[in-house]
Amino acid sequence: MKRIYSVLVENRAGVLSKVAGLFSRRNFNIDSLVVGETADKSVSCMTIVSSGDERTIEQIEKQLNKKIDVIKVKTFKESMSINRELMLIKVKYNKENRRDIMENCQIMKADIVDMSKNMMVIQICDTSERIELFIEMLKSVSIVEIARTGTVALTKCNEQ
Amino acid sequence: MIGAEAIVKCLEKEKVKVIYGYSGVAIDPFWNSILKTDIKTVLIRTEQNAAHCASGYARISGEVGVCAVTSGPGATNLITGIATAYADSIPLVCITGQVNSDMIGSDVFQEADITGAVESFVKYSYLVRDVNDLPRIFKEAFYIANTGRRGPVLIDIPYDVQMAELSGKFAYPESISMRSYKPTVHGNVAQIKKVIKEIEKAKKPIICVGGGVHLSGATEEIRKFAELNQVPVVSTMMGIGVMPTEHPLCFGMVGNNGQPFANRAMNESDLLLMVGARVADRAVNRPDLITENKVMVHIDVDPAEIGKNVGPTIPLVGDIKHIFEEFLKYDNHADDHSEWLKMLEGYKSSMGSLRSASTGKYVDPKDFITKLSLKMKDDAVYVADVGQNQIWSCAYHIVKNGRFLTSGGMGTMGYSIPAAMGAKMAAPKKQVVAVIGDGAFQMSFMELATMKQYKVNVKIVVMKNGFLGMVREHQHYAYDDNYSMVQLSDDPDLSLIAQAYKMGYMKVDGDTDILKALDEFLKDDSSCIMEVSVDPMDLVKY
Repeated sequence: MKRIYSVLVENRAGVLSKVAGLFSRRNFNIDSLVVGETADKSVSCMTIVSSGDERTIEQIEKQLNKKIDVIKVKTFKESMSINRELMLIKVKYNKENRRDIMENCQIMKADIVDMSKNMMVIQICDTSERIELFIEMLKSVSIVEIARTGTVALTKCNEQ
Repeated sequence: MIGAEAIVKCLEKEKVKVIYGYSGVAIDPFWNSILKTDIKTVLIRTEQNAAHCASGYARISGEVGVCAVTSGPGATNLITGIATAYADSIPLVCITGQVNSDMIGSDVFQEADITGAVESFVKYSYLVRDVNDLPRIFKEAFYIANTGRRGPVLIDIPYDVQMAELSGKFAYPESISMRSYKPTVHGNVAQIKKVIKEIEKAKKPIICVGGGVHLSGATEEIRKFAELNQVPVVSTMMGIGVMPTEHPLCFGMVGNNGQPFANRAMNESDLLLMVGARVADRAVNRPDLITENKVMVHIDVDPAEIGKNVGPTIPLVGDIKHIFEEFLKYDNHADDHSEWLKMLEGYKSSMGSLRSASTGKYVDPKDFITKLSLKMKDDAVYVADVGQNQIWSCAYHIVKNGRFLTSGGMGTMGYSIPAAMGAKMAAPKKQVVAVIGDGAFQMSFMELATMKQYKVNVKIVVMKNGFLGMVREHQHYAYDDNYSMVQLSDDPDLSLIAQAYKMGYMKVDGDTDILKALDEFLKDDSSCIMEVSVDPMDLVKY
């Protein structure tokens, strides 16, 4: 089972390593982990995507809550939230496949943000599934490198 | 005022009476400032034992134990002591000196990233960057250590921070406000009512008490509750002493090293109140049996323990003392449990001991520990080390109104002597006896010097068998007596060690009149070592 943990933490040195260390020590998975500041500069928000059986999912929330630097933990299923990830992908192109790539970008609402005479960087912001799909679509092209942010998420307006 | 003086002020504000520690340049500003106060300092002989001393002190006094050591090796030596305290939820504040702030990270002499190293077994840690933060940090540290689920907190203080002037006047915070730490004390009212209903319904209720009961100071409440409702009580190793051993409602210790009748009682109950126990592997090796065909109520101050190893029917988070005070408010109409109790008494007498007494030149551990218990004072503190001596102590020591201390979670050899010293300093009038094997004794007997220096008088029983007995026993079963790394050949002569430290010494073997020897051993408050010859091939089998 997949779960998203939105964790508000004190914005202090060492907190990221404490939280990340908790996952490795207790044998919990991290699919992705994103940290950023919130409107309140003294609070950071970590968005952690993890998976496990029911007991593990419950333990993750409880163990996170136990950390003194953790202010609040919200746990939700993917269906309960708006989830987005940003990917930058650098590909090699040539005359033959340039049009195809551009069409794929159009279909997937991706932008070409940098270009040279044989390479381009494409940016896409979407759910992880659609990003996977986009990578799949570009498989026929030669991919040079990929950078992904991992998922950030907020619960939907009608979910409390 | 400089940082080091501010630390001492903080400790005074927290009413700290004694600090265990070791010196070193990085902590010397602090040791210098403490000269001006009445706080007692104890120079132990190796850092690990500073934490064990503080642990013994904390467990008997109910206060936070405090220790302080220097940077680098001083700090890393302390780690085992911190981990031991963490595993048993003992409240400690551990102060470590650190190299100058601007040197941190450059691998200078005696630098160790101690906050990083202890991260997985402290409740919280601080690296102090600004001298003006010291009062707040100490206030928080003591609060965190001694509330909720207790545990050690480490404060790492660079040399320059100890030497820096505070920018204003020293002011210790009156109150605490931490938005991220608010432990639950009071149990949920609806959950409490649910539990009460189950208690009223139950035909075969049982309480299993753990170390959390001692930590919460709830012994009286548990005893009262058990007596009022005629509910039998079993305990984990850490819960020994919550009920006096010979209390008619006390049915022994559970677990793979416990008494078979205690396990059977727990498994056959229809309502199990698991109180301040974390359902650890040694206490419950088959969690399915304690949830099968019964209502299981798990009461703990740490929500993360509930459901970690076993899914309870009714979870109840809160401080045990508060919760049992609530339970006692209800005019319980608990059923008559006499038949259930009769059944358990039957188990107790029919599932008796399987061990055969050792004879000849050796002392039988069961016989010896039983007699030692009888001769000890009612409120004495018994500190068991780790190994066969510990398991025998759990099985045969008869707790009256005293305490039984041991390193339960971590199983740290060499815990008993320093912990006994801490216990004795917390309660100087009480008799304190440490029971230890010859393996662990050799890990910790440097502290005999500390005992002498500070006149902390502890009785030490060394169960000597020339083996690391517990592991030998394991190798007996698991490796068909192919012993590896368990033999302590050419053991030192303990009488000479006692003589070197100017301590009393006695030896007990198969021919000794044990009761008479114990009278002599316990006759006064002086330190004394009693060497007990135990059969190297003896087993802990109950």
